Amino acid sequence: MEVRRSAANQLVSIDCRCRFPLHCHFKTDSIAPMNASLFALALMDGVSYAALLFLVALGLTLIFGVMRILNIAHGSLYACGGYFAATLGLVITKFGLPPMLAFPALFVAALLMGVFLGTVLEFALLRRILDKDPILQLLVTFAAFMVLEDLQRMIWGVQPVFVSDVVTQMGTLSVAGVTYTRYQLLVLPAVAVLAFVGLRWFLAGTALGRQVTAVTHHREVATAMGVNTGRVTWLTLTVGGALGALGGALASPTTSFTPGIGAEMMVLSFAVVATGGLGQIGGAAIAALMIGLSRSFAVYLMPEIEVLVPYLIMVGVLLIRPEGLFSAAAARRI
Amino acid sequence: MRLRLLVVVLAVAVLALGLFFPWVKTPVLVALANGLAVSGVIVLIRAGQVSFGNAMFACLAGYGTAFMAREWQLDALLLIALSCVLAALAGAIIGFFIVRYRGIFFGMLNLALSMVLFSVLGKFGAVTGGTDGLRFDRPTLAFVHFEREGFETALLVLALVLSIGAGWVVQRYFASVSGQALAAIKTNETRLEYLGISAKRVFWGGYVLAATLCGLGGSLFALTQGLVTPEMGYWVRSGELVFVAILGGSGHALGAFIGAFVYEFMKLYAAALLTGAWQLVMGLVLIVMVFVAPKGVFGMIERHLRSRSKA
Repeated sequence: MEVRRSAANQLVSIDCRCRFPLHCHFKTDSIAPMNASLFALALMDGVSYAALLFLVALGLTLIFGVMRILNIAHGSLYACGGYFAATLGLVITKFGLPPMLAFPALFVAALLMGVFLGTVLEFALLRRILDKDPILQLLVTFAAFMVLEDLQRMIWGVQPVFVSDVVTQMGTLSVAGVTYTRYQLLVLPAVAVLAFVGLRWFLAGTALGRQVTAVTHHREVATAMGVNTGRVTWLTLTVGGALGALGGALASPTTSFTPGIGAEMMVLSFAVVATGGLGQIGGAAIAALMIGLSRSFAVYLMPEIEVLVPYLIMVGVLLIRPEGLFSAAAARRI
Repeated sequence: MRLRLLVVVLAVAVLALGLFFPWVKTPVLVALANGLAVSGVIVLIRAGQVSFGNAMFACLAGYGTAFMAREWQLDALLLIALSCVLAALAGAIIGFFIVRYRGIFFGMLNLALSMVLFSVLGKFGAVTGGTDGLRFDRPTLAFVHFEREGFETALLVLALVLSIGAGWVVQRYFASVSGQALAAIKTNETRLEYLGISAKRVFWGGYVLAATLCGLGGSLFALTQGLVTPEMGYWVRSGELVFVAILGGSGHALGAFIGAFVYEFMKLYAAALLTGAWQLVMGLVLIVMVFVAPKGVFGMIERHLRSRSKA
């Protein structure tokens, strides 16, 4: 994203290329620094970006809540989900399947990836390190991250992968003089809200969800009360992993996936989770919006510091509230 | 006693390796530089804290070295010393507020700060050379102008001396009152406070020492390469430092250097034998280590030495 300004601090032209490659419908000459349509554009960018961030962070925070382990391999789930979704998209075009399937395929990809990697991680690693030193626990997930990083390079190569059929299919929408893709403006936030509401309902309203909540409160007591903690942790990793992969799958039609994208998303979702408070679902939502919006506004107002914004917010919040924005002193974590 | 012998033997072996097999000189230098940074990480691990951002001090010192070499054409010894001061100052300032945090928040705050540095270095290309980094000419070493070959040999000797010195300092620190208090932060911080010792102040000291050692490693790394890039401060680099600490064994400063050598050479071989899969190999090794020998290579050596001295 490049924003050039003339001497009178007027936007001369906007050239969008990297992060949001589909916004190029917006090209205007000589507009004031922050008029209504630019504001709307930044707002929409921010919301759609926040939706993706939130999905990934939600998975991370859920896994932390139950396992008390910060899963560094979560970024790889984002990357694998995205790559796998792109592959499925290519398969659909290649075999001439109806293009209608492209959108559901994103969810299928995320679910398969989440179940597969979540199961492998849980049974091969996390289940076996629960009684180990926290440093070693963190390191094991870092090792899993390293392994997955190379595996995805082996499977999908180093060329950028980018399949945008879904977005073009859904067409665009005009709001406040800005043309924006329906996919980013409506679908992404809708999925994020659904995930938020759905997870809330699952945790509070179903028997299994309450078991999950019980394990986050106190693992041993939950076991003593007859909760199958093994099943709960497996479920958590699968659901959390699927959410991470869903973030990747939904991002795949709008961003090109290259090696290293998992590492980048990892720190961003860390930032969201830490800002919101570890294990806080509502906190993650607010933090994702904060970080997403400030980043997209920074793109238009102060493009130099755009990449810094998430970390500055995180440092700022942690300095004032060391436990994050929404972590209550009470035991309730999810 | 046996340990001292081991250090001497290892130091001689490293020196011989560097002198007789010139092609391994660079990996040996990189390993020593990494070992220095990892010995800083070990100080933090002693307090039960793990930082996913300590590479920022190495990165900072590396850039300091590059800047001073470009602007003022200083001598390599002076470059190292000034870069260490820079890292120590940064550690002291960051330490002021970061010592209040423990566990994951400590790690994450370090991570966030290191990402700020990483992004700034990549973004302000006019000053920092952007993502391509900064290149600088080979400086004089002890006011002698060396050719490439001689410079590397001299640097190797210097690195070895610095490593042994740093290892000795770290071990002395662990044995001192502050070092013992630092270990108590891991076991029981509340009791430490009850003894009338400020945990924050103790941890601050450890943090500054860690930052300085990382800076020393970073400066040496920059001199070895003649190039610094923002990647030096990326969070994955910080993770690797922690990885090497666990691999080598965090119980003793020697573990840092053993780990760094094992890491460097495994990386070299894995990269040569299985192209593009060294991370995979390293990841698997780390997982196996955590399950089989959580005290690292040094832990295994130590156990061996103990059982021998008993028999």
